[in-house]
This record gives sequence, C-alpha cells and structure tokens, in this order.
Amino acid sequence: MSALAPLALVLLLAGLALGAAQIAGLRPVLGVLLPYAAFVTFLLGVCHRILVWVRAPVPFRIPTTCGQQRSLPWITPSRIENPSSTAGVVARMALEVCLFRSLLRGSRAELREGPRLVYADDRLLWLAALAFHWSLLLVVLRHLRFFLEPVPAAIRALAALDGFFQLGAPGLYATDVVLVAALGYLLWRRLANPQLRYLSLSADYFALYLLLGLAASGLLMRHVVRADVLAVKQLALGLVTLSPTVPEGVGSLALLHLLLLSTLAAYFPFSKLMHMGGIFLSPTRNLANTSRAHRHVNPWNAPVATHSYEEWEDEFRDKIRAAGLPLEKG
Amino acid sequence: MAEEAPAPAELAKVDYRPPARDWREPAVDFRRGTYCYGAAPKNLQYLGLPNPRPWQPHDADWKLPPDWKQTILAGMKDRLERFRSFRLFMDICVRCGACADKCHFYLGTGDPKNMPVLRAELMRSVYRRYFTLPGRLLGRLGGGRELTEDVLKEWFYYYHQCTECRRCSVFCPFGIDTAEVTMMGRELLTLVGCNINWILEPAANCYRTGNHLGIQPHAFKDSVDFAVDELEEMTGIRVEAPINKKGAEILYVIPSAETFGTPHYYTLLGTLLLFHAIGLDYTLSAYASEGGNFGLFTSHEVMKRLNAKIYAEARRLGVKWILGGECGHMWRVVHQYMDTMNGPADFLEEPVSPVTGTRFAQARSTKMVHICEFTADLIREGKLRVDPRRNDHWVATFHDSCNPARAMGLLEEPRFVLRSVCQRFHEMPESTIRERTFCCGSGSGLGTDENFEMRMRGGFPRANAVRHVRDRFGVNLVACICAIDKATLPPLLEYWVPGMNVAGVHELVGNALVVEGEKARTQDLRGQPLASPEAPAGA
Ligand code: SF4
Ligand code: SF4
Repeated sequence: MSALAPLALVLLLAGLALGAAQIAGLRPVLGVLLPYAAFVTFLLGVCHRILVWVRAPVPFRIPTTCGQQRSLPWITPSRIENPSSTAGVVARMALEVCLFRSLLRGSRAELREGPRLVYADDRLLWLAALAFHWSLLLVVLRHLRFFLEPVPAAIRALAALDGFFQLGAPGLYATDVVLVAALGYLLWRRLANPQLRYLSLSADYFALYLLLGLAASGLLMRHVVRADVLAVKQLALGLVTLSPTVPEGVGSLALLHLLLLSTLAAYFPFSKLMHMGGIFLSPTRNLANTSRAHRHVNPWNAPVATHSYEEWEDEFRDKIRAAGLPLEKG
Repeated sequence: MAEEAPAPAELAKVDYRPPARDWREPAVDFRRGTYCYGAAPKNLQYLGLPNPRPWQPHDADWKLPPDWKQTILAGMKDRLERFRSFRLFMDICVRCGACADKCHFYLGTGDPKNMPVLRAELMRSVYRRYFTLPGRLLGRLGGGRELTEDVLKEWFYYYHQCTECRRCSVFCPFGIDTAEVTMMGRELLTLVGCNINWILEPAANCYRTGNHLGIQPHAFKDSVDFAVDELEEMTGIRVEAPINKKGAEILYVIPSAETFGTPHYYTLLGTLLLFHAIGLDYTLSAYASEGGNFGLFTSHEVMKRLNAKIYAEARRLGVKWILGGECGHMWRVVHQYMDTMNGPADFLEEPVSPVTGTRFAQARSTKMVHICEFTADLIREGKLRVDPRRNDHWVATFHDSCNPARAMGLLEEPRFVLRSVCQRFHEMPESTIRERTFCCGSGSGLGTDENFEMRMRGGFPRANAVRHVRDRFGVNLVACICAIDKATLPPLLEYWVPGMNVAGVHELVGNALVVEGEKARTQDLRGQPLASPEAPAGA
C-alpha cells in the first residue's frame, strides 16, 4: 500500500502533464507558472527549514566518538573519527558529505545455529547511495548547459567526458546509466527486504518514483522521442532571464519532465530530502570532542533546585558526628 | 525472576520476520520479564516530579492527568525549540535502515520496533502529525499518527527498551542518535508521571543522600573502613581513605556501588591500594558519594540537579581537581554535560598529576580526570611497580562500556593499563568493541530483575562475543570500567556463557601492584589463590 499509492500519484501527475501539454492554454502553466511557483516554494521552504534548525540551540556538546580521544601525548588520537580540532571536524564532515563515511561501516548481522551471531561487511547500500548522489550531482551540472549561454567550458567538458562511451547516437551518458541503476537498486532494496518494506512510508517511495520518472522521461527525450533541444534551451533560458516563453517545439515529454522536476522542487522542503542541508548541522558529527577542554555554553541552561551540602549536613548531622566525620556547623 | 525466564536455547530462537500488522497501529503487550515496573509515588514526590500515584505498566488505566495530551505536545514543542538535535533527528531520517540491525535489542528480540529507525519513528510519526505541514494536512498519508494513550504506552515500552548506548548513531549517515530521541521520549513521559522505579528510586536516593542506594554518611564511612581493614588483612598494608577531608589535593568520586557491591568492591580495594602506593593526597566525599547519575535517564533537569553536588563539594573541600572512578554513564555526564550544566569550574586548577607532573590538558576546563587516564600515565612514566604474573589466573578480555567508548573515546587508556598488569589479554572481534561495542543490555537504568528476559535478549550480542573469545582463547574474565556492567554482566554471562567472571580494571591493577611493605601475596583481592603464589617480600 505504502508503495502503490505514491506510484499512482506519480503516474497521475505524468498523465496530467501529457494531457495538459496538448491544450495550448495550459502549456504556459506547465512551462512557466508551475516551475516558477515550485522554485519559489523550494527557495523559501529550504531557507525556512534551515532557519528553524539554526535557531534551535545546541545546548550540549554531544559528538558520537568513533575513535580514540585526544588525552595523553603518547596515545595516538583518532584525529578524524574523534576530532579535537576544527580541521578534524572539517575532515570528518567532508568524509561524511562526500564519501558517506558512516554508511561505509555498513554490516549485516546474521543469527546462526549455536546460537551464534555473525557480522559480515555490507557495503552495497553505501555503494548505491554514493553512486546515486554523485551521478545525480553530475546530471544536474550537465543540465546547466540548458540554462547558460554561452555554455561554460567546464560544463561542456563534463558532458563530453560523461558521454565518452559512445553507445549509439546520441551517446549514452555514463551518469544516466549509473543513476538509473542506483535508483533501481534503492527501490528494489526497499521492496525486497522485509524489514525495510515494513518501515517504509509512502514518502520514501514517492521520492524514488519522482526521481525515476525524471530519469525515464529524460532518457526517452534523448534516445527515443527526440526532443527539440533548441526549443527546450529557449524555454530554459527564458525562465532564468525572467522572459519566459514556451516555444512551439517544446514537446509534451519535455513539459512532463519539467512538471516532475517542479513537483520534486516544491516537495523538497517538506520532505526527508532536506537531509541534504541537515547533514551539515548534525551535532553528533559537526562538533569537536573537546567537552572537557573547552567550556560549551548552553544559552538556556535550565535553573534547577539542588540539594546543597548544608541541607545534607542538617539532615544527617547526628550520623555524621557519630561517624567522626568533620562538620561545617558543629 | 531469573527462574521464570525461558532457557537460553528458547530465547535464542529469534524471529526476525516483521508482523503483518502495520507498525503505525500501536500495540504493546506488557509481557512479564520484558518491562520495568512503574515508579513508586514517594520517589516522584521526593524529586517534585508530576503525577505521583501508584500504577503499573500492565494496568489498563495508567491514571494519566486529564490534560496529558496537551502536556506532551507542549513538551514536544518546547524541546523541539530547545534542542537542535531533537528537531533535526525528527526531520532528516531517510529510513535507509543502515541502523536497523545495529541495535542489540533488535538483534535479541527481532521486534522491528527495536530497530533504532522505528524506535525513533514512534516519536517522529507524532511529530509529523502535529508539527509538520504534510502531517497536519494529510494525516496518515503525510506520515502522521495521532497521539493516543496506546501510543504513549508504546513510547514507554520501547523507550525503556533502549539503553541509550548510541551504537546506532555510529552507523547512521547523518549521525542520528536514537539515544537522543529516547532521552526526549523519557523526558516527555516524565511530564505525565510515567517513569520506571528502577531509575527514579536511585535518582531520589541520590538526591537525598548523595548516592543510589541511599547509603547515609555513617554507613558510607563504615563500608570504606571495612575495605581498609580487608585490604590490610590481604596485603599487610594499612591504607588511609579520608572522607570529607578539607584541603586535600584531589576529590575522588566513585560510583557508590564500589562500597557495597561485588565485583565493584574489588575495584575500590585496587584503587585504595594504588593511592597508597603513590602517596596521593586525596579525599572521598560522603556527600558526593556517587558519580553515577540516573538523572541522565530521566531528564536533563534531573541530571543537572544530581550532578551539581560534585562541583559544590569540590569547592567546599577546597581541592585542586577531581578524579573520577570506573563508571560508564557517570562519564557521559562528566564529559559531555557537567561543565555546561554546572560549570564553570574556575575555582579549580588545571589537573596535573602530583606524581608524574603530567598536565591533563584534555580536562583543563572541566577539571575532572578519568582514573584510567591517571593510571595509564603513572604506568607509562614508570611510577608503579607491577607484577603482572599475579593476574596469571585470569585470561582477560575488555568490554568497552558504551558511554566512555561512544561519548568520549576512552579506548586505549584502559587497554594500556590492562596489558601492563595482565599477561594474558585477548580482544573480542572488531565488530563488537571500541566504537562498535555492544551494550550489556541493562544500561540506562534497565538493569532490574523484573526486566530479566529483555536484559538477556539485549545482552545477547555482547555475551555472544564473550563466548567467542572464551572458546577461542580460553578467556575467563571480562574486564570493564563501568559500575552498571559490573552489576549486570555477571547475570548476563551466567545465562549465556556460564563460568565467566567480571572485574574492574583497577581490581587487576590492585592485584599486580607491588607495594612497599606488603606481605607476600598468595591471594588476589577477591581472596582467590594466585596461579603461582610468591615467596615472601614480593616480586
Ligand atoms: S541510519 Fe539514520 S537515516 Fe538511516 S534509517 Fe537509521 S536513523 Fe534513519
Ligand atoms: S541507542 Fe542503542 S539501544 Fe538505543 S536504539 Fe540505538 S542502538 Fe538501540
């Protein structure tokens, strides 16, 4: 159920886009209005969410330490996994953000006869996640050539490199292949693993279907129902230069692609996809483990009642005296 | 209670297949052996906590206050604004499942709600329903879930089936620490009086007397005196163990269990002997007679209230700095909370070892040093004479306690000490030690008898690794630096790996320590014969 409803929703969206693309009056809605609305929602939404996080204080220094602390000079500290300097924190964060360091620790536990628990390395999730995120980044960068004129050399070089393996014409992009394969694996994993299927929500599938829909419509346009690239570029340029038009040549598939993208952008700030920004703020990863060396200040340090020594002595005075322990007040 | 628990072979048949029922429909079966009893009203009253009443989790009616739902939601809102961790961890989980089989309670029960991700989703679903747009608009389709009494019961059950060990956060790509969510869950439950007695009773005792068992000053003194006498009998040396001594250089704070519990007590003997051997000018305190802090398992406020006595006592006694004993969660509090909550400790000095002159720069603000850091330095600087052969009757392994490992990174110091005082030492498999260490299954206040089955389940991965090194290397002793471990590993190992022993690191130090004027040692600090008794005059 959690897996089917979002599929129906994405298919419905696609159908609506294809239908609306046939009606001249609705083409500007798909090509201009919705993209702008989505873009504004994305921008405001993301800023809002990040502001909410940033406004909440970090009352305590709670890094998860994944290695030896810095203590005695002759014990080698784990400078990255348990950082005690800003450089260490930056390195730790860079490894998390760029290489998904923590996912790389992945393992699988299995209960065997005995009973015996055995652990095996399991890096498939790490590999798929890394492949997906990096190829998505490259695909997005490659798309900049639609939005920029002249196309920067770097973007052109990237596209050329990406299409290096000339398979058919136009050449298949390596990133497209990796992207679809990784997305496919992530979806398959969610469906095939009973525990994961059990805990997955509609939202988890919805994001995957949207991305798969985007990839599929993009691939179709490039390799099957060839899109009029010039017209698409005109549309894209019009959007960024704030003089939007939807040229004749822009096909319904391109408008569908754009609608899925708009949906994704507008949905982004309300969803778990915000992990993209959140990862930078995670207090278990972005703080140095220097809690005893440097005082960490809590802005709301809660005032509390305590049981003072004087009260304690008053309560147990006779017993303290009988035991021969010193008293403050005889 | 132990007799009623199923046999190990039964417990080990874990079914990992998720049930047919959707997890969003709350369903808790308070089955004997798998939950802790509700807190007695007197303990809530003593701490001034809300809704004291007699109740039990298996009662149908929990006697919640009429406005319990508003209280919880207001409490959530407040905490979402005060803790970035809480808000972020509610928002950014992608439900990738990387944390799922990293939790010892999941591995031991197969209950999917013990996967850290679902444990947190129990709270997130409510968060989404009341605090996010999709949840408010779309309800269940937006991932939301109504807060009902059954949901609250589920929170109680599963937030007391998490030992706040932080193992899951090591594996999460965003560092989401489900322990943090559990802590918030328990704080919220505290707002409506749904606490467990095994946490609240020690907390109330600690607030009143200074320690968990409610040991009053004269009894504390008696236990320490008793230890001094026993030590004299065993070693021929009479040590001094000052209490509440003003002007001492160092305040030594221990987990109070060392004064009455075994095997904790042997650790106390070991440290008393060590301090004598190096002539340390220190004092214990009958007021700050507990470093452990069950407030950590209740709420940040209670934690702060119980922790305040340590700095207060250091100031009153006029010591230069503080030394802390072998206790796991005490070190979570000392390392990550104490200075922030009850500092600044500007009336103390940056800790310097009076024996070696080593500056403990890592503790220059908090001014509190871990006994393992202190002893490792002594050994490294050649200030201790040790004869590791006196531990030849032990083949030891080391269990990293969750808090020193994952909330501090104290990994090598205890190992260095152990290797120096014990010739036969073997590590458990890499995937079960250091930052990946498995909890004893009874941490965070869950170590009570009525919860026996759940403790055995949760401790299974740890016991499993111990059995591995027993079979492989003949290990017969698990060394650790945590008072909860010392209390709960023995029954755990008795259940899964019978015949195994548990000891504090400083018990082994005490065994090996060669002290001037001691008599020939024929026994260890437990009174057990040494493997090769020595001729008079030591080694
Ligand atoms: S590993 Fe982190 S992101 Fe993945 S399911 Fe667990 S808590 Fe969520
Ligand atoms: S903190 Fe420990 S007990 Fe709690 S969910 Fe995570 S792994 Fe499980």
